[in-house]
Amino acid sequence: MPDSAWFAAKWDVQLEFLYFLIRRVFWSLLVLFGLSIVIFVIARVMPGDPARMAMGPRASQEQVADLKAKMGLDKPFLAQYGQFAVGLLHGDLGLSFLTKRPVNHDIAETFAATFELVLATILVAFIVGVPLGVVAAANKDGWVDNLVRFFAILGAVTPSFLLALLLQVLAGYVLHALPTTGRVSPDSPFTADITGLLTVDTLLRGNPGGFWDALRHLLLPTLALSAATIGQIARITRSSMIDVSTQDYIEAGRAFGVPDRVRMFKYMLRPAFVPPMTIMGLEFASLLGNAFVVELVFSWPGMASYGVRSILQKDLNAVMGVVMISGVFFVVVNLMIDVLVGFIDPRVRIRGARA
Amino acid sequence: MSREPLLSVRGLSVDFSTYGRRSQVLRDVSLDVPAHRHVALVGESGCGKSVTMRTIMGILPTPPARIVSGQILFDGRDLLAMRPREREALRGTSMSMVFQDPMTSLNPVFTIGDQMATILKYADRRLGRARDRRGRMARIFEVLGHVRMPDPERIARSYPIMLSGGMRQRVLIAMALLSEPRLLIADEPGTALDVTTQAQILKLLKDLVEDRGLALLMITHNLGVVREAADYVYVMYAGSVVEHAPTADLFARPSHPYTRALIDCVPKLSGDTTFRGIDGSLPDYTAPPAGCRFSPRCILATALCDRPPADRPVSEGHLAACWHLEEAVQ
Amino acid sequence: MSASVAVKSPVRISIAYQNWHRFSRNPTAVIGAAIVAVVVLAAVLAPWIAPHPDHVGAIVNFRARHQAPSAQYWFGTDNVGRDIFSRVLFGYRISLLLAAVVLGFAVPVGATLGLLAGYFGGWTEIVIMRLTDVALAIPPLVMALAVTAVLTPNLLHAMFAIAALWWTWHTRLIFSITRTLRHQEFVEAARTLGASRFHILFRELLPNCASAILVKVSLDFGFVILIGAALSYLGLGVQPPTPDLGTMVASGADFLPDRWWESLLPGAAILFVALGFNLLGDGLRDLYDVESVR
Repeated sequence: MPDSAWFAAKWDVQLEFLYFLIRRVFWSLLVLFGLSIVIFVIARVMPGDPARMAMGPRASQEQVADLKAKMGLDKPFLAQYGQFAVGLLHGDLGLSFLTKRPVNHDIAETFAATFELVLATILVAFIVGVPLGVVAAANKDGWVDNLVRFFAILGAVTPSFLLALLLQVLAGYVLHALPTTGRVSPDSPFTADITGLLTVDTLLRGNPGGFWDALRHLLLPTLALSAATIGQIARITRSSMIDVSTQDYIEAGRAFGVPDRVRMFKYMLRPAFVPPMTIMGLEFASLLGNAFVVELVFSWPGMASYGVRSILQKDLNAVMGVVMISGVFFVVVNLMIDVLVGFIDPRVRIRGARA
Repeated sequence: MSREPLLSVRGLSVDFSTYGRRSQVLRDVSLDVPAHRHVALVGESGCGKSVTMRTIMGILPTPPARIVSGQILFDGRDLLAMRPREREALRGTSMSMVFQDPMTSLNPVFTIGDQMATILKYADRRLGRARDRRGRMARIFEVLGHVRMPDPERIARSYPIMLSGGMRQRVLIAMALLSEPRLLIADEPGTALDVTTQAQILKLLKDLVEDRGLALLMITHNLGVVREAADYVYVMYAGSVVEHAPTADLFARPSHPYTRALIDCVPKLSGDTTFRGIDGSLPDYTAPPAGCRFSPRCILATALCDRPPADRPVSEGHLAACWHLEEAVQ
Repeated sequence: MSASVAVKSPVRISIAYQNWHRFSRNPTAVIGAAIVAVVVLAAVLAPWIAPHPDHVGAIVNFRARHQAPSAQYWFGTDNVGRDIFSRVLFGYRISLLLAAVVLGFAVPVGATLGLLAGYFGGWTEIVIMRLTDVALAIPPLVMALAVTAVLTPNLLHAMFAIAALWWTWHTRLIFSITRTLRHQEFVEAARTLGASRFHILFRELLPNCASAILVKVSLDFGFVILIGAALSYLGLGVQPPTPDLGTMVASGADFLPDRWWESLLPGAAILFVALGFNLLGDGLRDLYDVESVR
């Protein structure tokens, strides 16, 4: 006899995943919208005349006024925002005060480099961090566990620029093993024109030498950037695995005769995987910030150098563009993580909230 | 019963050591569960029923726990003498357990079908039976039908969170039945659910015993459930069995002081409606009384009770472990 | 007659003493607390304990340039001959001041917003939490870069920029705690007794968040110091000649690896203080068994 509260009748597995997706995308769009407003407001309420700052003190009044008109800086506030927002929807971030080129062109070139670095870091963080966390949990309070904890803390408290410097010194000047600056060797003819990722593109073009070169350049910055994250992922995975191991359903699995290996790697790992992913999403902003610093130390041609140049030269549109892109990057990454988490854990899908 | 019982626990004693101190959690526990019978193990929280159950199943974590003495005979073989591998082979195949809390006993991130298929796959492997995916699904649907689940296909595709508590409990029972076990241990069946649903679950279990000849050992703290459902009852207190009898006999003539006090505690709607409890609390398991563990709280206690009481007969199939049975009857 | 059981009357031990006892059992926590104490003391007493307090200002001492660590100059000297150890001590003052100001703003603002959002729910919650989401999307460092550069690089603007985003973490934390707590009975009890909303928020709910806030603040001190150091490393925080740990790492970096002390010792000093707060925060977290804190 069926129970009166036949809950499942309302739900079909595929359908509620779709609802979940739609909800998440909607909120992400809302956040992006809010982000654009916030950035715009901040940029426009800064004291100082951006046109004057860009042109410098020696430019004449007409030149400044000219630039103002061209940039639309003389229109009322709301109109300016409108212009900005519409432009955003088209992917247009305005014109750089400095180069007079569309900002999104300038950023696009540099974004790929940053993206490659960040992607490599996230991959390394999970590939190294999760197994470390699992091992630490299995060895709870043992020497492996303490060792992992030690390195995790060390990674978290070391300033990223210090680590970057140390790695540079160690690998470059002391060991002479790895290149210390840039993304490719100066004399290499390779460009990343398919995906924007040098490592991937060189492989796609069947170019092992180029791939190796790109990889060698990628290694140190990734190491410097991932140190803190690996530690975090490892610790979260560890505590998450321990949490899951105390759950009733794991003991029930044993009572049903499911072998220990299966219980560990299938039953425990999947639910335990969710907290590290969620943390990665939240931490992504810090990761991006640290990426900026690491890029500058290694002269990595990413958004950081473009951003810093724009900042030093008070190129307002460019600066806003960089901040905006960073924000968008964060939102997109979090959206993807939310979807992944929702895919794994049905409770998140149905309750609609992030755990 | 003329046959040997399917499950026979004899003289089981278990210690726990935590923070360097040893607790004598089970002392000389004996019980029998024959096939085709519904046996209940009753006691308050902390009396050792869970430990007994887990020891039988073999899922007791043996670093903190230590089996001091005793035998657990299943189909004539002593489980405690077996190697862990052999015991694992029995779990989920010949002997199964139904867990207490349906909310937490199912893995939330896998579908019901996936979980059941995993259990079945490894059970089949241990039994040497080859079954392909379709065969497994067929068996899963069959078993879901046994526990009276409508639309087994949809259930198999669902995640635990989509099902109500009662349905999850049925799923747990179904999981236990997958390989046609001969012994089923049910831990507080239905206590996490509302009363109506619990009644349905209990009826289901009863029918399973009758229809399939299962041996069912039900662990509970609820006397009402025992009275309704069980054929035979063991009453446990502080790690020992204090009285055991066929259900009707136990309620007609409760003989051990603890059993009498327990039955007295149950609020009545008519007659003597005073609200009663039992004075005192469970003994400290690290330093338990040498003799009868109930004696500190017992009205009839005398110096005699410093010797561990032996099982003494009250009537046919009804025994109680007390030196003062005659006075208790008054 | 039932046997009576002798019961010992329990000894009264205060919660604070219990906490202290448990805390002191945890070696890393104690180390963390010790490090923090050392750094704070060093920073407060810097003008009196620094060996060469006059090296903090805009002086040059060319004869003593680039000297390795020695008995006279414990951390060596930098490229214009200033004693690095003294400058590190003063640099700690700046770092701690930065963190204190940032958190002094971020924690009250963030906690209040979190309380309001968690307790009132509805539109309040939606508006506040969406705003928090937006602010969280911006990397603090990037924001700080933008703000300090557009305004002018100095300590005040750096503090402002970091604080402007830091409250979001506390809002999230307090929100999630309050959301769980608001349905509990003590809240309902207070309401039935006629407590004002202010009272419920700040005298009932907030104390329950206290341990989580404490843990987070400890950890945050370390993180804010790291971000502040990164900012000044990039030249966008404290300006020379005021001694600052990040700036010292940057200016010393030119002389790596031969004159390693000029860059690495200030860097180690940053690591030291961050380590202290991190261990302290971890220890507090273990003590209070708080799980929801990062």
